[in-house]
Amino acid sequence: MRLFNRFALTAAACLAATAVSAAEVNVYSARKDHLLKPVLDAFTQETGIQVNLLSADATQLLERLKSEGKDSPADLFITTDVVHLHAARTAGILAPVNSAVLTKNIPAKYHDPQGYWFGLSARARVIFYAKDRVKPSELSTMEDLADAKWKGRICVRSSSSSYNQSLMGSLIAHDGEQKAEAWAKGIVANMARKPQGGDTDQIQAVAAGQCDVAIANTYYYGGLQTSAKQADRDAVAKVGLFFPNQDGRGAHMNVSGAGMTISAKNKAEAVKLLEFMAGPSAQKLFAEANSEFPVVPGAKLSPTVEAWGKFKAEDINVAMLGENAARAVLIFDRVGWR
Amino acid sequence: MPAYPHIKNGLSTPLPWLLAVLVLAGLAALPVLVVAANLLAPSQGTWTHLAQTVLGDYVVNSLALMGGVGLGVTLGGVGTAWLVTMCRFPGSRPLEWALLLPMAMPAYVVAYAYTGFLDYSGPLQTGLRALFGWKSMRDYWFPDIRSLGGAITVMVMVLYPYVYMLARAAFLEQSVCVLEASRTLGRGPWRSFFGVALPLARASIIAGLALALMETLNDFGTVQFFAVDTFTTGIYRTWLGMGQPAVAAQLGAVLMMFVAVLIALERLSRGGAKSHHTTTRYRRLPRLALTGWRAALALAFCALPVVLGFAVPAAMLAVWTVEVGLAQSFGGDFLHLAGNSLILALAAGLAAVTVAVVLAYAQRLHPGPLVRLAVRVASLGYAVPGSVIAVGIMVPLIALDRQMAQTVERWTGASPGLLLTGTVFALVYAYMVRFLAVSAGSVEASLAKVTPSLEAAARTLGCGTVAALKRVHLPMIKGSLLSATLLVFVDVMKELPATLIMRPFNFDTLATRTFTFASDERLASAGAPALAIVLVGLIPVLLLSRAIAKSRPGESE
Repeated sequence: MRLFNRFALTAAACLAATAVSAAEVNVYSARKDHLLKPVLDAFTQETGIQVNLLSADATQLLERLKSEGKDSPADLFITTDVVHLHAARTAGILAPVNSAVLTKNIPAKYHDPQGYWFGLSARARVIFYAKDRVKPSELSTMEDLADAKWKGRICVRSSSSSYNQSLMGSLIAHDGEQKAEAWAKGIVANMARKPQGGDTDQIQAVAAGQCDVAIANTYYYGGLQTSAKQADRDAVAKVGLFFPNQDGRGAHMNVSGAGMTISAKNKAEAVKLLEFMAGPSAQKLFAEANSEFPVVPGAKLSPTVEAWGKFKAEDINVAMLGENAARAVLIFDRVGWR
Repeated sequence: MPAYPHIKNGLSTPLPWLLAVLVLAGLAALPVLVVAANLLAPSQGTWTHLAQTVLGDYVVNSLALMGGVGLGVTLGGVGTAWLVTMCRFPGSRPLEWALLLPMAMPAYVVAYAYTGFLDYSGPLQTGLRALFGWKSMRDYWFPDIRSLGGAITVMVMVLYPYVYMLARAAFLEQSVCVLEASRTLGRGPWRSFFGVALPLARASIIAGLALALMETLNDFGTVQFFAVDTFTTGIYRTWLGMGQPAVAAQLGAVLMMFVAVLIALERLSRGGAKSHHTTTRYRRLPRLALTGWRAALALAFCALPVVLGFAVPAAMLAVWTVEVGLAQSFGGDFLHLAGNSLILALAAGLAAVTVAVVLAYAQRLHPGPLVRLAVRVASLGYAVPGSVIAVGIMVPLIALDRQMAQTVERWTGASPGLLLTGTVFALVYAYMVRFLAVSAGSVEASLAKVTPSLEAAARTLGCGTVAALKRVHLPMIKGSLLSATLLVFVDVMKELPATLIMRPFNFDTLATRTFTFASDERLASAGAPALAIVLVGLIPVLLLSRAIAKSRPGESE
């Protein structure tokens, strides 16, 4: 009996402890742990709010959120691309957030018009070229890469990558579906090898001489420039970065971002975390840890990124890219871009 | 008609076994059925699009991959098992366990170690170009690494141990009397092998082959590294890229049916033929001593897979680990991760083997079509790509959670939320679903070889079903039980998709950490956790390899 009493007491104590436990927020994230953790730690330090993190593949997290529905323990869903944010909104698992801080800090083109999700860091998808074989004056637009003069000279990754899908989404939005498909066909004809590896592999292939130009995201280039390995830094020194479409719509941009779930039980904390991530200290961490562009205008760039120079970025609302992603894959399938 | 009418009529009907098998098989089969249910969902023309564009490639590549891997693992696995079990040559004893080592290597780790090393921009080709003054890829010929051939080679190297292990256990379980009878009846060693040993081991070899093929089909990481489009990469693409989870699951269901047909064909081809061990009289196997070129050839044949599948990639991982720095690699929460992996793998291994024994034994007692079907469907989880089956697992789990939450709410007025989803318990259930085929295959194969007459004798002498299982069957199949536990253990250590999506908040394992680094194209940092998966996986491989060798009935300690 005494044992039972003791057990009951302990249980009661535990319950009480949960009831008054410190504020917390539960996050499902597709961002890499080591990039997100410093931001979350800074948040906990500043606010005392405990962050519980589950990192996994975006597609799977989306499925988990869908099956958990309103019972999900998640308060916030973080992804590295707009395609999944858009899919989450369409699936009805995101709730709109009304925050003056967020709409003031984040440019309209980088968040959902109704506030279902907010871009937190931006990256450009650009052209990389071999400094000894290609003159920057030969380069102009993304569209120009489909020209026959690049035959056998282009490296690009598989079209299963959401980065290629959103690039295609942008081309569909600007040039129309027919022209976009013709472009994809031209790129396939110009490929130096069948699409393989990630973005870093494309830049490395340019450095090694397997191809003359490559399409990749900017932060992979920054990653090689700041690599601890001498071989990486030597390789990337042979490769130049070119921002395409500067006389027109600007370079293609994509965002990582986050949205609050419909199941959120820690709503205030979730909004606080969103606002923190769009604030100066978190923006600085995003910029420095991964050579990305802060979404908040005027936030400081990392020295590596600053050295790439100023450029004109696309103005299209990134939500459009998510809407076009499915059509992009159909086009890729038809032209044989694996 | 029951298999042992004399038992059924004379002794108590073991009804609890029937209930146990239906409940356990049902639990494991639910996620598979969830995936299969998608077959009925509308596809909005996506199938037409797929058929017109990429489906042909998926089918051809998947078939070619399976053909190549199947051939490779059978030749490699059976050949090495026979050589080290029945022959003596320099190095044959250490090779007995060393041949298992590649199993501890996650296939995707081997894939990226090799592609990184052999690629155009990798150290080997860069070095060759510098040495010979070649300027571009047009100046010399080098095999295309990222190709179907490359994928087959890597998969054979990491998957052959499935066949090796089960074939070796089968060879060890064989009574030497049978082999000696064959030899005294005038058959040479080759003809004894093909005429007697191989047919007796057939069920085990097929079980190993089936595992390797299912693993080939569900693989995503390796084929993606090698830029080969298979059914599985197609599933991911349809799911993520086209935003069509239903069509993706339909592709998964087609894949499952494909495997089901394969298994059925195999069973059909076996027909009514059954092979049983008729005696428990064993003694030390007489090993054929090989000398001269024969010994050298045997050594080379057995050492090659160990070197390519284990030594070389392990060395690459070690180099990366040192490059990143030992303190950084093994500091921080590293031990914690290793502990998580170890506990999960042990729990899942024991769970999967226990369930497998119950299923296999109950099937013996109740050889009806219902039980057989339930067990078959329960094992299909292995053939489905991990991410797809993970979603299938979440659906029934969350449904159960909702029921429980509602019940609690009715009693207390407050909903406790989802109690099971996102716990370690849910993870172990997921592993059980994913890897039941691994344990069930080997347990069933070896249980089938325990002759019914022994069982009949035990039962006639008054043993109940449980006692007979404990005192007759389990001791006879000890080796297979151990190897089944080992197989599941090592598989769980490497498992990624289900672990990633179903693990609790703030919970990491060695595999998830490896993935985090590798998927971010930071391969060097992935070296340490990958190496740790291999090292932690090695301990049970070595321990159990010894145990399997000793498990041979009659083998002295």
